[in-house]
Amino acid sequence: MNIDFDINKIRKFLFSKKKYGIFFQAFLYLLMLGIGFVFFYPLLIMFVESLKDVYDIINPLVKWVPTNIYFYNFIRAWNVLGGFKVLLTSSAYMLLIAACQTLSSALIGYGFAKFNFMFKRPLFVLMICTFIIPEQVTFMPKYILFKSYGMLKTIFPFLVPALFGQGIKNTIFILIFYQFFKMLPRSLDEAAQIDGAGFLKIFARINLPLAVPAIVVVFVFSFVWHWNETYLADLYFETAVRTFPLTLQKFTEYFAKLYPVSESTNPLLKMNESVRMAGTLLCIAPLVVLYVFLERYLIASIDKVGITGE
Amino acid sequence: MIKISLKRKEQLIGLGFVSPWIIGFIVFMVYPLFNTIVYSFSQVRFLLNGIQTTYVKLVNYTDVLLKDPDFKLALPQYFIQIFLFVPMVVVFSILLSLLLNCKLRGRRFFRALFFLPVIIMSGPVIDNLRLTNAITLQGLYNFPVYKFIAEYLPNVISSPILYIFDNAVLILWHTGVQTLIFLSALQKIDRSIYEASMVDGASSWQQFWKLTLPVLRPFILLNVIYTIMDVSMSSLNPIIIQIKSAMFNIRKGFGFAAAASWVYFIIILFAVLLSYLLFGREKNN
Repeated sequence: MNIDFDINKIRKFLFSKKKYGIFFQAFLYLLMLGIGFVFFYPLLIMFVESLKDVYDIINPLVKWVPTNIYFYNFIRAWNVLGGFKVLLTSSAYMLLIAACQTLSSALIGYGFAKFNFMFKRPLFVLMICTFIIPEQVTFMPKYILFKSYGMLKTIFPFLVPALFGQGIKNTIFILIFYQFFKMLPRSLDEAAQIDGAGFLKIFARINLPLAVPAIVVVFVFSFVWHWNETYLADLYFETAVRTFPLTLQKFTEYFAKLYPVSESTNPLLKMNESVRMAGTLLCIAPLVVLYVFLERYLIASIDKVGITGE
Repeated sequence: MIKISLKRKEQLIGLGFVSPWIIGFIVFMVYPLFNTIVYSFSQVRFLLNGIQTTYVKLVNYTDVLLKDPDFKLALPQYFIQIFLFVPMVVVFSILLSLLLNCKLRGRRFFRALFFLPVIIMSGPVIDNLRLTNAITLQGLYNFPVYKFIAEYLPNVISSPILYIFDNAVLILWHTGVQTLIFLSALQKIDRSIYEASMVDGASSWQQFWKLTLPVLRPFILLNVIYTIMDVSMSSLNPIIIQIKSAMFNIRKGFGFAAAASWVYFIIILFAVLLSYLLFGREKNN
């Protein structure tokens, strides 16, 4: 019997960091769970709150588990947000904007990655520098510009800059395409060129199909960030174009318009934080659904795009 | 037909691909930047057929920096964000990426969870969560550690620590993109370096400071700048809320808002410059 050997083995099993001994592993899991809980906590509260009726809200004994599940909050919040009509129109708009931004970013990134031309370096540096220019320094003249062309209260103030590579966080998108096209071997282009393909064909038929991971990342993020944008959207859209986040911003106002309150109103039907939480939940629900379906693909793509550079 | 050389043709095609950006840059960046400078030195009036600007020297800037009470209140809040919030976001994203880099079961789930806030975060959502006290960990206030820090430590030390505690959720929610960037940098490190250093007797603590951190250094700069911009452009930022409300305020107007936005831009520039000085250059050995 070699006891020494056994003890060493057990010690290794329990404490070793190299192969993740069981204690170290348990520690890591606890840490991960703890941090995961902090991440999840707001969503949990939001979910619990949104199921409470007014009696549960004022009852100090009810914290985590509502006495009965009150779905009516969701119905009212859904109506206040504007329902399917707003969901469909606003997502159609955002999809269009995202498509424009993806296309223009792909073109620009391709141009920077594959060709040499005069002032390429200074232009590229300028392009990166625009990342740190806050929107506030440029939006007043832009606002007047859009106003003079009658573009306010439409989606054009988002669409037109997106077409010209100046939309929301466009620098990032161009850089993603730049990195990706830079990684593709030049020999492919040369082979196509010898076969007589023109430059547009080389871009559209050879490079673009290979760039699907980059396209997915850019398209999804462009969509999500435009969807979540309220600061500029509020300024440009006013009330003509409604989106869920914009409505959520003025939730109380819209609620009062849809469900006028009087003295005799049932307290169950008044505005309260449960309805607001239901609204918040409905506002992020489409994004969460999108994320659940695309998560696997999205994160794999982010790796493939090589954001970190080579 | 004029013959153009192959090189010349390539140049033209390249410029053709980039031309949307050049046009956009001039129309939506250079022209507005120039105009905002003009606005910031003038009083802007709206007329029926456009706007009228009258030159007023530095009045707008002195208004922003010295007279306006709202901006004076917003500025320190922003500095707290830059000097406390941003570093904490970067530190936590390094920790999270190290954690996710461990070969543990279920890390894919956690990676997905840690990235979820990037997708769902928007101004109104955070606002509503804040109104319901959902983004402060209520349970934390009952911990003895929290009470000890709040009561017994001097204010200079306790207030930043309490700020971090109070904003724990928001700090973590801002780490999504940064964590992924650090993670993919970590995954590109050659494992054999670690094995070699282990043979030489390096502890994992030393490995972290001498091997991992130098590799992450350029990405720290990238992520610090990203976080600064993320925080500065978030629609909850106290300063940009002031700028927007000043635009349509009768007392303040476009001139004031333009001056405020230039002051803001210069602050951001300094923050970026500072982070470049801290993390940008390689240290000379």
